[in-house]
Amino acid sequence: MTLTVNRARRTFLKGSAAATGLVVGFSLPEAGAQTGMPGVTGPEINAWVVVRPDNVIIIRYARSEMGQGSMTSAAMLVAEELDCAWKQVKVEYVSVNEHVKRNRIWGSMAAVGSQTIRFSQDYLRKGGATARLMLIQAAAQRWSVSATECTASAGVIHHAASKRSLSYGEVAVAASLLPQPKEVTLKDPKTWTLAGTSVKRVDIPDTVHGRQRYGIDTQLPGMLYAAVAQCPVFGGTVKSFDAAPVQGRRGIKRVFTIDSGKALIVVADNWWRAKEALKLVPVEWDVGANGAVSSESIATFLRAGLNAPSAPTALRRGDLEQAMASSSKQIEAEYYTPYLSHAALEPMNCTALINGSEVDVWCSTQNGEGTLATAAAAAGVPLTQVQVHRSQVGGGFGRRGGSQDFTRIGVLVAKEMPGVPVKTVWTREEDTQHDFYRPVAMYRLKAGLDASGKPVAFRARLTSPSLLTTLLKLPLKDGIDGPAVEGFNEFPYEIANVHNDWAQRDTHVPVGFWRTVGWSQNPFARECFIDEMAIAAGRDPYEYRRSLLAGEKRPLAILDAVAKAADWTKPLPAGVFRGIAVTEPYGSYTAAVVEISLNDKGELKVHRVVQGIDCGYVVNPDNITAQLQGSVVFALTAITQGEITIKDGRVEQSNFHDYPLLRMPEMPKVEVVIAPTGGFWGGVGEPAQAPLAPALCNAIFAASGKRLRSLPLSRHGIKLVKA
Amino acid sequence: MIKLTVNGRAHEADVEGEMPLLWVLRDVLDIKGPKFGCGIAQCGACTVLLDGAPVRSCSVPVAAIAGKKVTTVEGLEVNGHLHPVQQAWLDHEVPQCGYCQGGQMLTAVALLRHNPKPSDADIDAAMTNICRCGTYARIRTAVHAAAASSQSKRA
Repeated sequence: MTLTVNRARRTFLKGSAAATGLVVGFSLPEAGAQTGMPGVTGPEINAWVVVRPDNVIIIRYARSEMGQGSMTSAAMLVAEELDCAWKQVKVEYVSVNEHVKRNRIWGSMAAVGSQTIRFSQDYLRKGGATARLMLIQAAAQRWSVSATECTASAGVIHHAASKRSLSYGEVAVAASLLPQPKEVTLKDPKTWTLAGTSVKRVDIPDTVHGRQRYGIDTQLPGMLYAAVAQCPVFGGTVKSFDAAPVQGRRGIKRVFTIDSGKALIVVADNWWRAKEALKLVPVEWDVGANGAVSSESIATFLRAGLNAPSAPTALRRGDLEQAMASSSKQIEAEYYTPYLSHAALEPMNCTALINGSEVDVWCSTQNGEGTLATAAAAAGVPLTQVQVHRSQVGGGFGRRGGSQDFTRIGVLVAKEMPGVPVKTVWTREEDTQHDFYRPVAMYRLKAGLDASGKPVAFRARLTSPSLLTTLLKLPLKDGIDGPAVEGFNEFPYEIANVHNDWAQRDTHVPVGFWRTVGWSQNPFARECFIDEMAIAAGRDPYEYRRSLLAGEKRPLAILDAVAKAADWTKPLPAGVFRGIAVTEPYGSYTAAVVEISLNDKGELKVHRVVQGIDCGYVVNPDNITAQLQGSVVFALTAITQGEITIKDGRVEQSNFHDYPLLRMPEMPKVEVVIAPTGGFWGGVGEPAQAPLAPALCNAIFAASGKRLRSLPLSRHGIKLVKA
Repeated sequence: MIKLTVNGRAHEADVEGEMPLLWVLRDVLDIKGPKFGCGIAQCGACTVLLDGAPVRSCSVPVAAIAGKKVTTVEGLEVNGHLHPVQQAWLDHEVPQCGYCQGGQMLTAVALLRHNPKPSDADIDAAMTNICRCGTYARIRTAVHAAAASSQSKRA
């Protein structure tokens, strides 16, 4: 073991950005083919493929499954190249500890940034293809024929000339001892037979049978349970507490603080007793310097960012000032998007057991490596001493990736109880009030149009907290936080003179990656403002976009596909109006048309959402449909009612009564358009959310003449009702 | 000592009467199908059937259920046969993360028991559980599918 904690931590933190550069080997396991992987019951052909003698094929999955379906899609890519039958396949998580010991052979473990397929596809397919070559080679050697005379299909190797065949299982041991092929040719996706078809997700049967296990379901002999209270004002600490009122109370084991007073903990013999007792412990907090911060003071702070004389440049082309000055018409507008909570339905939790220098952690995580590194650091042990036990994740949405606060707290609690497994569970209130929120952001946009209405100048000033600085502690390149300027740094519209910049304004409110990240909020400003430009030019918003995307093949293609599916050029029923938007998130291209009606009581009906994606290659189409359907729900929650507000330095919302989530009756009719153009690999889990807020708000403008420039719509007296 | 019957099996739990049924099931009896989501009967992840009716077990004191039969998601499958609702959930690939789906399926089972052919409006009224992943369209489809299957008519 040569990795140090610091090095590994840096590696995992950078992993999301650097994942494209990963070098992933297919190193041969030790002779004998048995490895230290728990549960390995057959010869490992390479890191991704184990073939059991009974012809069960185990395909390893390195990242996390949280309902996005990547566990299935990733295995499909391996199986496609392996030429096995899908019914032979069993998908298993890679051991995180083994991953560290094998020098990160499985690449990134992070299920973040819609990355699994687009950043893993090459090494996954090579894993399947090299395993196939080795299995064929092993059969050829047994038959004393050339491998080139042999073919494989559905897990069976054939030698046509002699009419002989062998199953993969029959040659697996021999194959596992062969040298790794240095070169392999991958299939043309046009020839795929498994990938590209709708395959049922491998994790769903356990869910439906009620036997799916999440981190919060961890049960260990002798386990105790902890409830946690952090200072309501972020960054504050416990000044004093009095355990006397709960001492002697049934089941209560210990009351203590961790992390230099950052959290108060009650440990009991079941979780309900722990959290009930926690409410009875008088505690005085030292709230620190931020006890007076409010949403209003944060808005003032951001406004100073909008007004700052200069800021780091995200994109500059042409001569903005000259073009703006000479344009015949200028329009200007300001937009605002609020903090949002992730509200994963499984509250944050972590179970940990520390036995001497051995650390075991059970939790729902989007990044097993991040969990391992955080646990090792919190426990003060080398990485190799930590075992991370992964499970299905009960909702991620970015909450369970970069922060790993739950791991740190869970391990620090267990450190106080050596030799005893302790499960720490957040209440919903604690979860809501100690999230790492989608950043608040303000935008000032200005466009200059020529006499024909064509834009000649586009100026955007963005201001928001930095995720990279505050959460990941990473330096900014040229002063720019990439996620904060998504949609404005790579700007597809063909406008000759552009200047987009970003003023960093960090507050004490923790921020994190929230599904679709900058693309969840920036398109609201960008695509609504493009609409404003179209209206100012007297042009149809769809046609106006087309005219500005003429050379942008892929944005134009998805825009056209969605407009066509939505019958954009055909009239709508009386009282129904529509809006459109197009975006380019996470390597994919998405567009949406939203049809609405709005009455004078502010009741908003969403009659139809046409939602389209071009993700290049399509691996599991029904799963893409599911992700797009879910994205609409996720987006509508945020657009219509999602807002975390700050008062006295703390979050005002606490649970689903005041941070409501969309329910069944508000679910609109969604039509999904999957329009792959091939030749590239784009993400799926996040991109579809991006165009929805602007498409909906552009429809509201069409319906009412009101340009709503801040979210959520509840601020404007608008309420989503059943269509 | 509190006696309760869960999925046809008798249990005894030495707990306070005010302890919510959810935590008796999860932490005392190790029945993990009912999930903790909010603790205030908002989300429905903790839904169980009490004598066939859906309740939010996070907000039901265990003392209040004496003599009643509790069904959790683990109890839907009988003698190796999936409940038609489960089959529909499989057929239509309803779950994403799956955390809420035990509660969703139990709510659907209760709906179909007293309303074998629910309309969309009936589904809206009955299916009040939160799904953060946004599987509502498929839940609706699956409820209709389960209703349509002859098995569910028998159930």
